Amino acid sequence: MLAAAKMIHSLFLVNASGDIFLEKHWKSVVSRSVCDYFFEALERATEPENVPPVIPTPHHFLINVLRHRIYFVAVIQSEVPPLFVIEFLHRVVDTFQDYFGVCSEAAIKDNVVVVYELLEEMLDNGFPLATESNILKELIKPPTILRTVVNTITGSTNVGEQLPTGQLSVVPWRRTGVKYTNNEAYFDVVEEIDAIIDKSGSTITAEIQGVIDACVKLTGMPDLTLSFMNPRLLDDVSFHPCVRFKRWEAERILSFIPPDGNFRLLSYHVSSQNLVAIPVYVKHNISFREGSSQGRFELTLGPKQTMGKAVESVLVSSQLPRGVLNANLSPSQGTYTFDPVTKLLSWDVGKINPQKLPSLKGSVSLQTGASKPDENPTINIQFKIQQLAISGLKVNRLDMYGEKYKPFKGIKYMTKAGKFQVRT
Amino acid sequence: MLGMSANSVSYNEQSSVESGVDAAQENSSIPASSSGGLFSADYKKNEDLKEMLESSKESLKLEAMKRIVGLIAKGKNASELFPAVVKNVASKNIELKKLVYVYLVRYAEEQQDLALLSISTFQRALKDPNQLIRASALRVLSSIRVPIIVPIMMLSIKEASTDLSPYVRKTAAHAIQKLYSLDPDQKEHLIEVIEKLLKDKSTLVAGSVVMAFEEVCPDRIDLIHKNYRKLCNLLVDVEEWGQVVIIHMLTRYARTQFVSPWREDAVFDENSEKAFYDSEEERRVEQSKPYIMDPDHRLLLRNTKPLLQSRNTAVVMAVSQLYWHLAPTHELSIITKSLVRLLRSHREVQYIVLQNIATMSIQRKGMFEPFMKSFYVRSTDATHIKTLKLEILTNLANEANISTILREFQTYVKSQDKAFAAATIQAIGRCATNISEVTDTCLNGLVLLLSNRDETVVAESVVVIKKLLQTQPSQHSDIIKHMAKLFDNITVSMARASILWLMGEYCEHVPKIAPDVLRKMAKTFTSEEDIVKLQTVNLAAKLYLTNSKQTKLLTQYILNLGKYDQSYDIRDRTRFIRQLIVPNEKSGALSKYARRILMAPKPAPVLQSAFKDRDRFQLGTLSHSLNSQANGYLELSDWPAVAPDQSVRIVEVVKEAGAPVFGKSKPGKSDEKFYSDSEEEEEEEEEGSSSEDSSSSSSEESESESESEENSDDSNKSSSSQSDSEKKKKTLKNKKLQQQKPDILNITYLPTQIIQKALLLIIRTKFFLMHIVLSFSNQFVASCRCSLLCLYVFLVCQFDTISWDVRVSLQASSPVFVPETSRELLHRMTGKGLSAQYRFTRQPCIYGNSMVSLQLTLSNSSDQALENIHISEKSSTGQNIHRFNAIERLEPQASVTVSMGVDFNDSTQAANFQLCTKEDEFSVSIQPAVGELLLPITMSEADFTKEQSKLVGMNESSATITMTPENVSSQSVNRKVVSVANLGVIPSSQENIHRFAGKTVSSGCLVLVSVALKDPDAVITINTENTVMASMLLRQFKTALTNSGP
Repeated sequence: MLAAAKMIHSLFLVNASGDIFLEKHWKSVVSRSVCDYFFEALERATEPENVPPVIPTPHHFLINVLRHRIYFVAVIQSEVPPLFVIEFLHRVVDTFQDYFGVCSEAAIKDNVVVVYELLEEMLDNGFPLATESNILKELIKPPTILRTVVNTITGSTNVGEQLPTGQLSVVPWRRTGVKYTNNEAYFDVVEEIDAIIDKSGSTITAEIQGVIDACVKLTGMPDLTLSFMNPRLLDDVSFHPCVRFKRWEAERILSFIPPDGNFRLLSYHVSSQNLVAIPVYVKHNISFREGSSQGRFELTLGPKQTMGKAVESVLVSSQLPRGVLNANLSPSQGTYTFDPVTKLLSWDVGKINPQKLPSLKGSVSLQTGASKPDENPTINIQFKIQQLAISGLKVNRLDMYGEKYKPFKGIKYMTKAGKFQVRT
Repeated sequence: MLGMSANSVSYNEQSSVESGVDAAQENSSIPASSSGGLFSADYKKNEDLKEMLESSKESLKLEAMKRIVGLIAKGKNASELFPAVVKNVASKNIELKKLVYVYLVRYAEEQQDLALLSISTFQRALKDPNQLIRASALRVLSSIRVPIIVPIMMLSIKEASTDLSPYVRKTAAHAIQKLYSLDPDQKEHLIEVIEKLLKDKSTLVAGSVVMAFEEVCPDRIDLIHKNYRKLCNLLVDVEEWGQVVIIHMLTRYARTQFVSPWREDAVFDENSEKAFYDSEEERRVEQSKPYIMDPDHRLLLRNTKPLLQSRNTAVVMAVSQLYWHLAPTHELSIITKSLVRLLRSHREVQYIVLQNIATMSIQRKGMFEPFMKSFYVRSTDATHIKTLKLEILTNLANEANISTILREFQTYVKSQDKAFAAATIQAIGRCATNISEVTDTCLNGLVLLLSNRDETVVAESVVVIKKLLQTQPSQHSDIIKHMAKLFDNITVSMARASILWLMGEYCEHVPKIAPDVLRKMAKTFTSEEDIVKLQTVNLAAKLYLTNSKQTKLLTQYILNLGKYDQSYDIRDRTRFIRQLIVPNEKSGALSKYARRILMAPKPAPVLQSAFKDRDRFQLGTLSHSLNSQANGYLELSDWPAVAPDQSVRIVEVVKEAGAPVFGKSKPGKSDEKFYSDSEEEEEEEEEGSSSEDSSSSSSEESESESESEENSDDSNKSSSSQSDSEKKKKTLKNKKLQQQKPDILNITYLPTQIIQKALLLIIRTKFFLMHIVLSFSNQFVASCRCSLLCLYVFLVCQFDTISWDVRVSLQASSPVFVPETSRELLHRMTGKGLSAQYRFTRQPCIYGNSMVSLQLTLSNSSDQALENIHISEKSSTGQNIHRFNAIERLEPQASVTVSMGVDFNDSTQAANFQLCTKEDEFSVSIQPAVGELLLPITMSEADFTKEQSKLVGMNESSATITMTPENVSSQSVNRKVVSVANLGVIPSSQENIHRFAGKTVSSGCLVLVSVALKDPDAVITINTENTVMASMLLRQFKTALTNSGP
C-alpha cells in the first residue's frame, strides 16, 4: 500500500478570469489539469462566491478560498480536516497582505521570489511549519524598495541566516531584541453590528461582535495587562495565543506578552441577553405597479440610539430585481450609482445630519413586458461611528510590567455596521 | 511595477541583463515563453540563464535563480538547467542556496542521476553548527524523491531525531513522512524513530511527530499510552497546527481506551440489550452502577477546553468534534458558542462549520436552538451557505419555534435567488411532515404559493404538496380540487406532471374532476412536454380502470396519440399500458392484475435531512464534508464495553519536582470532602497514585540528564549526586556541553505548568486556603507572573549564550514555595514619599549565577512625581549588586516593580546601598534570611542518602526538638521547611522521614536537610560543608517547627 500523503500537496493561484498564474508543489508535481475540475465548478457558479469550497475529483480534493478576487486552490490527496487547509490558506493571504501591503495578482507576480520563499517556509511536506508573522519576518525580510536597491548593489540577501529566536522560545510570537525609541501601545476596540431589520422596522436579529486590534511597539519583553470596566459583557471570546487563558478565567483580565507590531488581541461576542442598540433607521417606499413600466423608489435614513455620536461613512447598497432596467433617482446628499448590468444600486451618503435627513427619491424603470417583481430588494447599510463601542464595553486600564520605561498608551473605540440588512 | 501584461513588451530586453537594478521587478517580467515564443528564442533565453549561473558573480547567479524560480512558479519547464543549477548548491549566499533548494526539490525526481551530485553537500550541512542550516539540509534531502538515497535519508533521520535542537528534531519528524511515502518498506525503522520522538518533551516536536504517527502507523495505539498524559498536558503550548493533529489523534485514542460516558444512550439501547440480562434484578444492578469517568478521559476533556478560545478555526473545530465524540452529553453545550462564533469568519469557514452544525443539530436540537437567529439567511450569503442555514433551521424546528421559523421562511420564499426559494419550499415541506401541528398551516401556505408568479416556486410547491398529500390524501380532496383549478395556469412541466399524477392516484376522491382534466389534456396532449405526456397516459390508464364508463373513449384517444408520438419513451409506455389495461386475447395473465399494479398503495416519500447519516463520519473531517469516505480516513471506533487496562498510561517517572510531594503528603480523605469539585480530586488522586507507583521517583531534569549521559556513552550512573556531578561536569568536553542543551530546551514548557500546578496545589492544601483567599491580591498573582517572566527571560538568555553555566540550569528546579510577603526597604516617611518593598523571588537570578534574585516594588505616595530613581554606583559593603535600570519618572500614587540581583556571597550580612532619586539619597539595607540564600535542587532518594553519607562529622549538625501536635503531619513539615528555606522536596519512601535539598546560591555548596519524626520528638539533621549556614538554618527550623500556627 502506498502511503497516503497528507495535508497540502500543491497550491494553485487562479485569478478572476480563470488563469493559473502561480503554482507551488510541496511533494511530487501535480499536473495543473487537476484545476479543470475547479474551472468546471467556477463555470457552474452564478457568482464568484458560489464556488463550493471543497471539490472532490477522482484522485484529489480541491479546497479553495476566495480572497481579493484570487482563488487559492489547494490540492489534497487524502483525509485532512478541511478547516485546517482553509485556515492555512487564509493565513497565507494574510501573510502576503502583511508583506506586500495588498494581496493582488500584480503584487504576487512582482514578488514571486519572496512568495516562493514564504511558501517554502510556511509548509514543509504540506504541513505548516512557520505561520507566525514575527518568525517569518526574521527568516525572510519583507521587500521594500530601498532594501531591493541596496541588496542589488551590495549583494546581501533578504534571507535570514539564523533560526528565528521565536521558533524555540515559549513566546514564539515575539522576537527578541526589539528596540524602539518611542514606546507605544495602541488598542482599537472595533465593534460590528450584524442585524436584520424587517419591513416594519423591527429588529429580527441583532448581535454585536467586536475585536481588539493592537499595534504594540515596545522595547524588550513587556508584560501587559488590560482590564475592562465591564468584562461581563463579553460572552464568548477568542484570543491571540499570547493571552494567558487561566488569568482571564479567574479574573477577567487580559494578561499577555504582546507580539511585536500589529496583531488581533481578542475577538468577542457580546452576550445576546443585552439589547442591541440600532444606530440608524431606514424609511423606505419601494413599489412596483402591475402593468406599469415604472416603479417608485424612496429611501430616507435617520439616526437613532447613537449615544450622541455622529454616524459617518454611510454607504447604502441594494441589489435591485432583475427586471429593473434603469433607475432615475436624486439624492439629497452624496452620490449614487446604478449598474444596469449587475443591477446593483449604491448610494454613498457620507455623514448623516440629524437636522436634514439624507434621502434618495425617484423612479426605476422596468423592462417592458417584464412582470412586477414579487420581492422588494434588501438594503445593505454600512456606517461608522467613531469613539463609541455600541455595547458599552470600556477598557479600564492598561499596565505594563517587566520593563522600566513608560510607554505611550492609547485606546480608540469604533462601531461599524457588519452585515446590516434591511428587508423591504 | 511590471506585470504579466508587460511580458511581451519587455521581451526584447531579455538579452541585456545589465545586472538588473531592481531584481524583484525584473524577475517578474521573465517572458512566460508563451505559446507565441519561438523555440529558438526560448532556447536562447535559457542559455542566457546558464551563462549567468556559471559566471563568477554572486549577484548574477542570484538573479538567474530568481528568474528560474519565476519560471517554476508559472509552471514552465526549466529542467534543462539542472546541471548548471546544481553546481550552486554549496553556495555561501544563503538566499541563492535556498533558491537552489527550491529548484532541486522541484526537479530532482526527474533528474535523479544529477541530483545525486548534491547529496554530499547536504550530508555535510547536516553537521553544520547552525541549527537552521542543519534543519534545512534535512528538509531538502528528505524532499528529493530519489529512491536510491533512501538509506542515506534513513540514517540522517535517525541522527536528526537525537539532535539537540528541537527545531531539527521537528524537521526529522516531517522527514519521516516523506521517507515513508518514498519507500513504505522502511516502516518498521521509521516506527522506531517515531517511538523515540514521541517521548520528546518539546512542544515544537509534538505536533509533527503525531502527524508522522498518523501517517505511518495510526494503528499502533500502544505507542501512545505512555505519552498520553504528556501530550494532554503539553497540548496548550503546542503550536496551533500541531494541536489540530494531536486532538484528532487523541479523539481516536480515547474511543478505544475509555468507556462510553453517554448514559442516556445506554437507556436507548435498552431494548436490544434486554435479551442479555437474565433477570430484571441483574439489569437494575447493571444500570445503577454509577459511571465514573477515567481520570485520563477527564484530563483530555479538561485540557482541550481552553482551546475553544483559539483564534485558529481549525483548532476550535477540532476541540468541538472531540467534545462531540467524547464528552458526556451534558457537557456538550460548551462548544455551541464557539461554533456559532466561527460563523463570523470567512465564507469557506462558515461552510464547513455549518455542515458540522447541520449534522449535530439533527441529533441534538437543544444545543443550537438558543442560537437559532444566528442561522437566519442574509441576502448576501453565498448559495451554499444559504442552503446549509436552511437545513439547520429546519432541523431546529419544533412546536415552540415553528411559527417564527415559518415566518422567516416566508421571506426566503420571495428571494430573488430562485434556487434558494425552491429549497425553502422543500424545507417547509419537511417542517410540515415533522411537526404534525403545522401540517395544515404549511399546506395552506404552499397552496397560496401555487398562485405565485414564479414558475420554479409554483413547481416546487406542487411537488412538495404532492409529497405531503401522499401522507394523508383523504383529508385533502379540496386541495386537489384547488390544484386542478390552477392546472390551466401552471406551465412548468414538472408541476403539471405532479398534478396529473395526483389526479390519477386519488381519482376516487375527485371523481368528477379527474375525467374533466383528462379531457383537457386530450386536447393539448401533442403540445405537452414528455413528462406531462407520460403522466397523462398514466392518468388515462388509472381512470380507465376505475371509471371506464366515462373515460373509455378518452383513454383510447390518448393512447392512439401516444402510439404515434415522436418520443419512443412515450410510444413504449403507451404500448405497455394498452396491453396492460385493455383486455384482449393476446394479453396474458398480467392484465388481470392491472388494477393491482397501477393502483397499488404507494409509500409516502420520507422528507428527511440530507445530513441524516453524516454522523457515521467523524465530525470535522473531509469525509464528513463530502459525505463519502476519503482516502486515508481513519474510522472512529465504538466505545469499548469494558475499558482496557488503565495502568498502561502510567509513566514511571514523576513529572514535576514539587507536585507529587504535596500530592502524596496529602493527609487523606477528610481533606478532600472539603472540595466539591470532584474532577479535581480525581486528578489529584491520579497524580498521587502515579507518584506512588513509580518506584524511584526522580525529577524531570535528572531523568533527562541521565538520558543524555547514555547518549554520550558516559557512565550510566545517576547524576544527582552533587559533588560527583560537579566534578564530572568540570571534565565535560565541549561536545557534552552541547549535548546537554536539549535538557535545557526541554524545560521550556515547564514554567507555566509548574507554577500553575504549584499554585493549584497550594490552593488545594487546606492550610493556605484562608490565607490565599485573603491575600489573593494582585501581589501574589503578580509575583507568580513575574517569576514566570523571569523564566522566560532566563530561557531566552540561555539560547543566546552557550557558555551559560550548565550546573545552574540543570539543577535549579523551580521553587516549591514562594513566599508572598514583602519586607520593607524604605518607609515612605523616611523616603520623603518614596517607599520601597522587597521580596525574594526564589528564582535563579538572570543577572548572574551567584546572585540572589530580588523583586523591588517602588511606590510614590507623595503628591509629586519622582524622577530618576536608581541605585547609586557605590556600594558600602562591597557586595556585587545588579542594579535595576533607572526609573525616569514615577507618577504620584503609582508604583513600579523592578527586579535586581545581589550576590550575598552565602552570608547573611546585609547588603547596604543607596537608593537615589533626582533630589535625595536614602541608605537602605537588605538583610537576607539564611533560607533565601539557597536554591532548590532535586535528586532521587538514593542519591540523597549517598550524598548525605559523604557529609558527616564536621559537616553534619543536628538537633532534637519536640514538635507541637499540629506540626507532625507530613504536609505541615514540608510546608514549614520550604517556607523557611528555599529547598526542593525529595520524595521519601519512609513515612516519617522528610528530606529536602538545595545548594547555596554563590558557591553552589550542597545543603541537605532531613527531618525524622519520632513522635512526639523530631530530629533535624543538616548536612553541608557550610557549617555556619547549617547552624543558622538549624535554629530557624527549630523555631518554625516548634511554633504552632501557620
